[in-house]
Amino acid sequence: MMILKMKKEDLSVFLDSIKEWGELWGPVKKEGKTTYAKVDALSQMDLKATRTTIPPKKFLYPPRFTMFDYDEDGYVERTGDVPKRILFGIHPCDIHGILIMDKLFLEKFNDPYYKERREKTLLLGHSCIPDDKCMCFATDTDFIAEGFDLFFTDLKMFYLVWVGSTKGHDLVRMRPELFSRGIDKNDIINYTEYRKWMSAQYKAKVDFTGMPDVFELGYNSAVWDQLAEKCLSCGQCSMVCPTCNCYNVVDEVELGSMEGTRDRFWDSCMLREYSLVAGGHNFRDKRADRLRLWYTHKLQAFIGEFGKPACVGCGRCVTTCPVDINVVTVSNALKEQEVGK
Amino acid sequence: MKKLCVVMDDREVEDNPFQPEMWRIVRRYPLTSDVNFFQARPVDVDEALKFNYKPGQFLMMSVIGEGEAPFSISSTPSRPGMLEFCIRKTGTLTDTLFTLKENHTVGIRGPYGNGFSLDKMEGKDIMIIAGGLGAAPLRSLLLYVLDNRDKFGKLTYLHGARLPSEMLFREEFIQLKEREDLNCLLAVDKDDTGKWPYKVGVVTELFKDLGPIDGKNTIGIVCGPPAMYKFVLPHMVKLGLPKHQILMTLERRMKCGVGKCGHCAIEYLYTCMDGPVFSYWDVLHMKEIIGRGVSDKTIA
Repeated sequence: MMILKMKKEDLSVFLDSIKEWGELWGPVKKEGKTTYAKVDALSQMDLKATRTTIPPKKFLYPPRFTMFDYDEDGYVERTGDVPKRILFGIHPCDIHGILIMDKLFLEKFNDPYYKERREKTLLLGHSCIPDDKCMCFATDTDFIAEGFDLFFTDLKMFYLVWVGSTKGHDLVRMRPELFSRGIDKNDIINYTEYRKWMSAQYKAKVDFTGMPDVFELGYNSAVWDQLAEKCLSCGQCSMVCPTCNCYNVVDEVELGSMEGTRDRFWDSCMLREYSLVAGGHNFRDKRADRLRLWYTHKLQAFIGEFGKPACVGCGRCVTTCPVDINVVTVSNALKEQEVGK
Repeated sequence: MKKLCVVMDDREVEDNPFQPEMWRIVRRYPLTSDVNFFQARPVDVDEALKFNYKPGQFLMMSVIGEGEAPFSISSTPSRPGMLEFCIRKTGTLTDTLFTLKENHTVGIRGPYGNGFSLDKMEGKDIMIIAGGLGAAPLRSLLLYVLDNRDKFGKLTYLHGARLPSEMLFREEFIQLKEREDLNCLLAVDKDDTGKWPYKVGVVTELFKDLGPIDGKNTIGIVCGPPAMYKFVLPHMVKLGLPKHQILMTLERRMKCGVGKCGHCAIEYLYTCMDGPVFSYWDVLHMKEIIGRGVSDKTIA
């Protein structure tokens, strides 16, 4: 892959220039939380923030949108409301999350709504500083080699810029004078040092090795019931998880007419109605069953299917769950057969 | 400034797998007190013969103003041009569906799911066991085998219903008893009419009347209420059917039919893509498929 070098002070100019392609979005502090917002300039962004509350999946797959408008004659696809966006400052874990979404939405039956947004959204990644909730070292998602258009690694004095797509290359070509191909000996040493420094930053103690077998052995474990006692079934874990893709579909109808919209919105397998079928049978009526499905799907089933977990180690479930149920506490509880305090 | 070479392809609407096509209801009549039979044909008649599917597949049906839900297909692709469904009134969508008259339209997309591997079943004896509404998907396979009779070995059809009045396709199946190229056995749990001429008892009672079965050369197919599997599966194993030759078709909540919405996930499998036809061998590994109790007890 092409790796270029850029002076740090040139980033602002570069971002100003590429706004011609589409709206510029980046991480911004709002009421103590970090969120992606539309910005005019680099100065409005907070590149030191570790994680946004909601992962960038919301740009590729909005929390709620209309798939079809319908009337008595049938269903007409809703198109044309997708803006072109450049997302700056996306971290490796979240790009890994998007790669998993790509697999789910673009392989076999192609999801046209996802595809259109994916094509109209440029991903400009940025290196990050892990905090005590980051676990990407345990899920092999601390670095990223694909899925982005450009990736900026901050080496204090300058950026190394990975060019991951032709679209990314087009952005570079808008201001080619800001980039150089002259990587020298010191740059390589700097980069090696940076990786060493990165891996020394993690404080969380997590190890997902052997989890598929632990899940298999623990299928009937009392730990699930104990966790279910605490779980509120609120589904926040699904909203903040970069790899939760489940959705529900409802037809909204205009009162007194046969016209309406078919809307699609985020769903969670933690919610009771998730597995309810016609006739009233619920395949996962118990909270413990739903909790087990969520974690089994992330840490056992996905490994069986794709060779790696559907957890990218972003730590959002750790920071979000009001009762401390997350990939760390659940896998530890299963391994130690005891729910931690 | 240089012009960007990024070209956004205009997507074609036909590429949307969620797009329902409009079909016309040709006929609708009651099969039992709460189950109706539907025949439907594409509004665009040229499409009618192009629509191909396999027994065991399902499709997503949209009722305008209500929503969309999965339904299994009761007709056979060996009689093309029209689709048939056997639908129980059980919620708001089916409530509205039951008010639709001939020539009203519904949205259809599909077919989805793996369906039965017909090529692997050819040359084998076929034993189909349906309980209650389980006849809806299995009628497709039964009619397919009857229409391609010389490609299959011995054919046995076992069907159980609660009451004579609750038996789906009752007259159709009673007529099958006249045919010599299959063994059709019917049972009702209770005979409230006093006139039921066939077996009274649960569907497993019919196993006594089977006659000789070459288990190793038989493919068994089961569909019915969850409780039925518990009793039927051990009987089939006892007859010598290998577990990978015992097939079942499952039901789950579905919102897409194409492996995206997540609702039908069973561990790492999606009922809509990997199923709805699974073998008993699959089920033994998937604790969730038909409930914990079933697989645990049968292993022991």
